[in-house]
Amino acid sequence: MLTMILKRLAMAIPSLIGVVIVTFLLTRALPGDPAVYFAGPAATPQAIQQVRVNLGLDKPLIEQFGRYVVDLAHGNLGTSLTTGQPVATELRNRLPASAELTLLGLIVSIVIAVPLGILAATKPNSLIDQACRVISTAGVSLPVFFTGLILVYVFYYLLGWAPAPLGRLDVFSTEPPHVTGFYLIDSLIAGDPATFMASLKQLILPALTLGIFSLAPITRMTRASMLAVLSSDFVRTARASGLSAYTVIVTYAFRNAMLPVITTLGMVFSFLLGANVLVEKVFAWPGIGSYAVEALLASDFAPVQGFVLTMAVMYVMLNLLIDVLYGLIDPRVRLEA
Amino acid sequence: MTDLAAAPRSESSLTALLRHSRYVLSENPVTGLAFVLFVLIVLAAVLGPHIVPFDPLASDTSEALKPPNLEHWFGTDQLGRDVFSRVVVATRLDFFIAVASVSLVFLMGGLAGVAAGFFGGWTDRIVGRIADTIMAFPLFVLAMGIVAALGNTVQNIVLATAIVNFPLYARIARAEANIRREAGFVEAARLSGNSDWRILAFQILPNVFPIMVVQMSLTMGYAILNAAGLSFIGLGVRPPTPEWGIMVAEGAQFIVSGEWWNAFFPGAALMVAVFCFNLLGDGLRDLVDPRRRT
Repeated sequence: MLTMILKRLAMAIPSLIGVVIVTFLLTRALPGDPAVYFAGPAATPQAIQQVRVNLGLDKPLIEQFGRYVVDLAHGNLGTSLTTGQPVATELRNRLPASAELTLLGLIVSIVIAVPLGILAATKPNSLIDQACRVISTAGVSLPVFFTGLILVYVFYYLLGWAPAPLGRLDVFSTEPPHVTGFYLIDSLIAGDPATFMASLKQLILPALTLGIFSLAPITRMTRASMLAVLSSDFVRTARASGLSAYTVIVTYAFRNAMLPVITTLGMVFSFLLGANVLVEKVFAWPGIGSYAVEALLASDFAPVQGFVLTMAVMYVMLNLLIDVLYGLIDPRVRLEA
Repeated sequence: MTDLAAAPRSESSLTALLRHSRYVLSENPVTGLAFVLFVLIVLAAVLGPHIVPFDPLASDTSEALKPPNLEHWFGTDQLGRDVFSRVVVATRLDFFIAVASVSLVFLMGGLAGVAAGFFGGWTDRIVGRIADTIMAFPLFVLAMGIVAALGNTVQNIVLATAIVNFPLYARIARAEANIRREAGFVEAARLSGNSDWRILAFQILPNVFPIMVVQMSLTMGYAILNAAGLSFIGLGVRPPTPEWGIMVAEGAQFIVSGEWWNAFFPGAALMVAVFCFNLLGDGLRDLVDPRRRT
């Protein structure tokens, strides 16, 4: 098991190196002179020269890259031009908001998609199978920001059930004391049910939006994988031995069918982390996505670069985690390694 | 003589294709619907500015934020511009971005992938490494970074959408070229003294082409969504240009006060277009490769 994890870790290293090179090259591709750009619009030629020397832009490209890597190793992602704050600090402060939203969205999605896919596979061509087909075709066609706006219109404006789509807490609640940064967990630790409910209310719509978005791939994969397992020999043997339908489906088929679904989660995360940016914009969510969008519109590049790097590193790590999880669940993978 | 011999064969293969198309359509009537939608989208993209009832840029503040009515079918926006006209005119730009980025990645990814699969060795390793590096990023995030770095223009949206789709195209082209590398007809061509490049151009590429075309139509929907997402967060297209993503973004602020039509109609147009391309892609895949039917 340990060798498998180590091997998989070694495989993630080239990806990480690639990610660092690409994010470095992105800044160097900025139109015009980066020194003029980082010095700001009202800089004198001396100031620009100063910035060029400070940033090491007068050095050869390879040396600049070396500086960038050293900065990264010290956790330095540069400074935002608009807020004057270090990018790493701001990203760290805002990351829990994004993580809480994305994880809850994924949980919502799995809770709906997995049973739906299983039911569709056990009863092919039934009503639920048709519903499943509609969801997996329509789901991939829905622009995630559009779903979010429709939910806001229906549940906030028409029905009045949801609070205004403005951030993580309404104006009457105060932030729970910081432990994990997840408001749901922090408010429970602090024993504050009112804040828990308030933050849950704010979370429901954006999490549902993300959930609907990732519903399609998970449903489709669960259904396909369950269909394949149900037609396999060991399920036929289990049925022939007179086991109940419940035991066959839950104990035998389900556990085997979940393996390809876990692999699909890697792809789902790629879409989910991107969709997160759009959902954060719709719901004015103070996460790293909206931080990057604000910086983008102000042509403030350091936060965008830091954001792209953080997202990519998280994505590589998530894929690593998924593979390790796969090895834990399926002993065959461990034997092969 | 050769004409006589060739004519009936080409006709019979055409009838066979027609019969097969009819079979696929009758098996899956939704593909027919998608095709009708596709024709409508192309018509709107070509004729759009000439057939709309109002100038998409003309504002009229006395008519601002009117709900849908007989005169303004989709209502009017905060400047009194006709939403219906804007949605129809926007088709051209959205369609252009999707077609341009998909064609670009078709060229880049298709050629790189075919070369990687055919030559193997270093070419394969380099193309594979580039594809892996792109895949290490969440795709939309990478597209954001590329547009931010290269500059906030429509061309760069096209380029960014093409780059994030590169691994998909390169991998499929690579796999298809790789299985044909040792095929009988390739060996025959090689034995008759054809150079590698000639085999690549006349034996491998024509065989990989249909599969790549299906891939194009399957990724068209994603390309439109990606581009609209970028313009939704304020990249690329600038107001007052009519484009679906930016229209939804502009309409978003009115959702909380109940003026739903500003964001709803461009969003719905986007959804219908993506839905149409996805169905069409599925239909085309059934037509070209019946084995992959789901």
